[in-house]
Amino acid sequence: MRPAFLVPLIIFGLVAVALGIGLGLRPAEIPSALIGQPVPTFALPGVPSTAPGLSSADLKGQVSIVNVFASWCIPCREEHPLWMDVAKSGSVVLYGLNYKDTPENAAQWLQTYGNPFKRVGGDFGGRVGIDFGVYGVPETFVIDGNGVIRMKHIGPIDRAALDNEILPKVRELQAAAQAAAKAQ
Amino acid sequence: MEGQLTAELGHFALLLALMIAAVQAVVPLIGAQRDVAPWIAVARPAAFGQFLMVAVAFAALMRAFLISDFSVSAVYQSSHSQMFWLYKLTGTWGNHEGSLLLWILILSGFGAAVAAFGTNLPPALQARVLAVQAMIGVGFLSFIVFTSNPLARVIPVPPEGLGLNPLLQDPGLAFHPPFLYLGYVGFSMAFSFAVAALIEGRVDPAWARWVRPWTLAAWCFLTIGITGGSWWSYYELGWGGFWFWDPVENASFMPWLAGTALLHSAIVVERRDTLKSWTVLLAILTFSLSLLGTFIVRSGVLTSVHAFATDPARGMFILGFLIVVIGGSLTLYALRAPALKSGGLFAPISREGALVLNNLLLATACASVLLGTLYPLLLDALTGDKVTVGPPFFDATFGPLMVPLLAAVTVGPMLPWKRADLMGAAQRLRFVFIAAVLVGFVTWIFTTGMSWPAAVGIVLSVWLVVGSLVPLAERVKLFSVPFTESLQRAAGMPRSVWGMVMAHAGLGFVLLGITVLLTWQTELGTVLKPGQSASLNGYTFTFEGAGNVRGPNYTAVRGVFSVTRDGRPVTTLAPETRSYVGSAMTTTEASIRPVWFGDLYAAIGESDGAGGFAARFYFKPFVQWIWLGAMVMVAGGFVSLSDRRHRVGAPARRGAPAGGKIRTEASAAE
Repeated sequence: MRPAFLVPLIIFGLVAVALGIGLGLRPAEIPSALIGQPVPTFALPGVPSTAPGLSSADLKGQVSIVNVFASWCIPCREEHPLWMDVAKSGSVVLYGLNYKDTPENAAQWLQTYGNPFKRVGGDFGGRVGIDFGVYGVPETFVIDGNGVIRMKHIGPIDRAALDNEILPKVRELQAAAQAAAKAQ
Repeated sequence: MEGQLTAELGHFALLLALMIAAVQAVVPLIGAQRDVAPWIAVARPAAFGQFLMVAVAFAALMRAFLISDFSVSAVYQSSHSQMFWLYKLTGTWGNHEGSLLLWILILSGFGAAVAAFGTNLPPALQARVLAVQAMIGVGFLSFIVFTSNPLARVIPVPPEGLGLNPLLQDPGLAFHPPFLYLGYVGFSMAFSFAVAALIEGRVDPAWARWVRPWTLAAWCFLTIGITGGSWWSYYELGWGGFWFWDPVENASFMPWLAGTALLHSAIVVERRDTLKSWTVLLAILTFSLSLLGTFIVRSGVLTSVHAFATDPARGMFILGFLIVVIGGSLTLYALRAPALKSGGLFAPISREGALVLNNLLLATACASVLLGTLYPLLLDALTGDKVTVGPPFFDATFGPLMVPLLAAVTVGPMLPWKRADLMGAAQRLRFVFIAAVLVGFVTWIFTTGMSWPAAVGIVLSVWLVVGSLVPLAERVKLFSVPFTESLQRAAGMPRSVWGMVMAHAGLGFVLLGITVLLTWQTELGTVLKPGQSASLNGYTFTFEGAGNVRGPNYTAVRGVFSVTRDGRPVTTLAPETRSYVGSAMTTTEASIRPVWFGDLYAAIGESDGAGGFAARFYFKPFVQWIWLGAMVMVAGGFVSLSDRRHRVGAPARRGAPAGGKIRTEASAAE
């Protein structure tokens, strides 16, 4: 046997091991190293004609959700109606982080599907996304009133994830903030 | 009551199919090894029987969908009694279990086709091929029987189904999976032939001649499937894009790239009796990538809008199956391939050399797509780092690899076998080259900001389309003999040559469509109130108003836009956004009208609450060329498939001394 003929088998072996680990990871449940950390410092321009820009200062003062989206991201379309619902209910402030996109495409995407975001940061180069530890688009962060990341959801959200994980976390943080305000 | 019988009958047929496949996987293989004729003879009837049983099971499931029998869980999960009947029918494969059953139906169908049409194959080879095919069948049948039974019952019977994913309720996507699977699964034939050849320890021109038609047919179907998917994302995603580098799109694109390489390398084996172990490896890899695609779609390791309900247990099963099939065949390859003797030698500059270059570039392109698709997962698994790979990655890696490949497509067919004179070929192509560069230069001047990518794209398109016609013109001696004689020569030319010319020119059309679209498309997003208008590219879009419409299982907002040009009416566009009953999802239905040199494309979005609606208009120049060009490629494939050599089949293996017959054919085809 000549070693050269073993190369395809060895490469496949590596891929298979990685796939096996990948299966065990369940990407939607990876804990982020940034949970419990303050959000990175940034100031981003807005997306034309739809929303003002976003900076780390905006994420302080009330509990908020930051949703990472892009016009080229197909799963973002799937979760979008849920964000529209959240925005209508007014229960929490939504911010958008537009990741590795062009300003025009992002603006049109928001015009077409509706804009649930109070502010949108245009992270066209993807630098802020890296600081946030963005793994894929879409991703969602829950941030408390002190600007600390409290929860991260990878991949598109569905009704169950929204109602059973994200919104309860938001309410818990809002209640904690109210209790803290009373105590002072 | 009768419906219940049918579902149980289908389940029973599925179990029978599994048992037949198990016998077919073992008995003919032993028969072929030990040369026991009655055992070899088991292969053909088993292949027919397996196909028949799977067909019965599939028919039972399809019937349950048609009559909305919600006692069958797959029907309950992904159908709804109010759905349009066509989507009830295509809902059969709009879910995990049903699509797997369709996969198996096609797999056993290909097996039955080898049994039926492979009568000129040596019986031992046929038995081995069918046995390997049955091994794959056993894997998938046990997967379906043990983890995803499509005909399982729900008790008590639910009154109504949960509904089909709205994105799948579309004519384009309804017929997309069957073609895609015909392609994916079609490559299993090349795989089975490759493994059978490794077991036999022999690959020769006759082998390549049997493999090629199956590969070519699979390639044609896969091309149709991918084109259909691209067309679907164009009009359904409301974004006007034709390719998104989504993991699921990549999953179908990788086998296509590898399969294209296989088609070309098999020519070298057939004509020149060399590149054998590489061709066998490509055959294994092409089907392995099809299986990997299935794994990606089914296991949910990568997020995609196309993914059906996912389940880690299923992921583990498919991964185990992948390891057995791919690992097993690559082990066999490592053991047996070194013994495959190479035949003809060739100089680097030759037809063989050009085909090797084609293979290297296609394989590298395929590897870059594989890397981009799996990289986020691999890096996370190995180091825990998280990265995102989007279209920017593929634009930077895949694009540059395509430039030399497309440039070489025109030159390759101009080179003779064994040893060629590059200068001679350049001489014959000089007018094409000058024309392409001239057109490219004019493009470069007239694009805004003198766009280099646009110029390169146009040069390559002209080079491909006109350059592919040169071998044709030379063969029919265009302009050097009377025109009628040229016509006669054209009629007598082998269909495989016509097929090649069509496929290469079609590729040029695709490239032309992509280049023109990306360079000159214009778009406009705005908010309009009824009566207001917007203009784009000389067309005026007037918003006539929006209203609610009801479909069988959705409600929609439909906007009506009348389009005029210089005051003359052109057409009316009526895009919709649909909200489906029983799911939070909305889909956009773009309204598209072909006009001169392109498409007018309109999509409607949210109401602004004050009587205005968000609307988007595009002018998409040459966009249809992308799909028409792909269909020309497919037509080329089918024309080549109808070639005499494929129809008559290969001559008996020992009929002619290796080389003798082949050389005559090769020189005849010069």
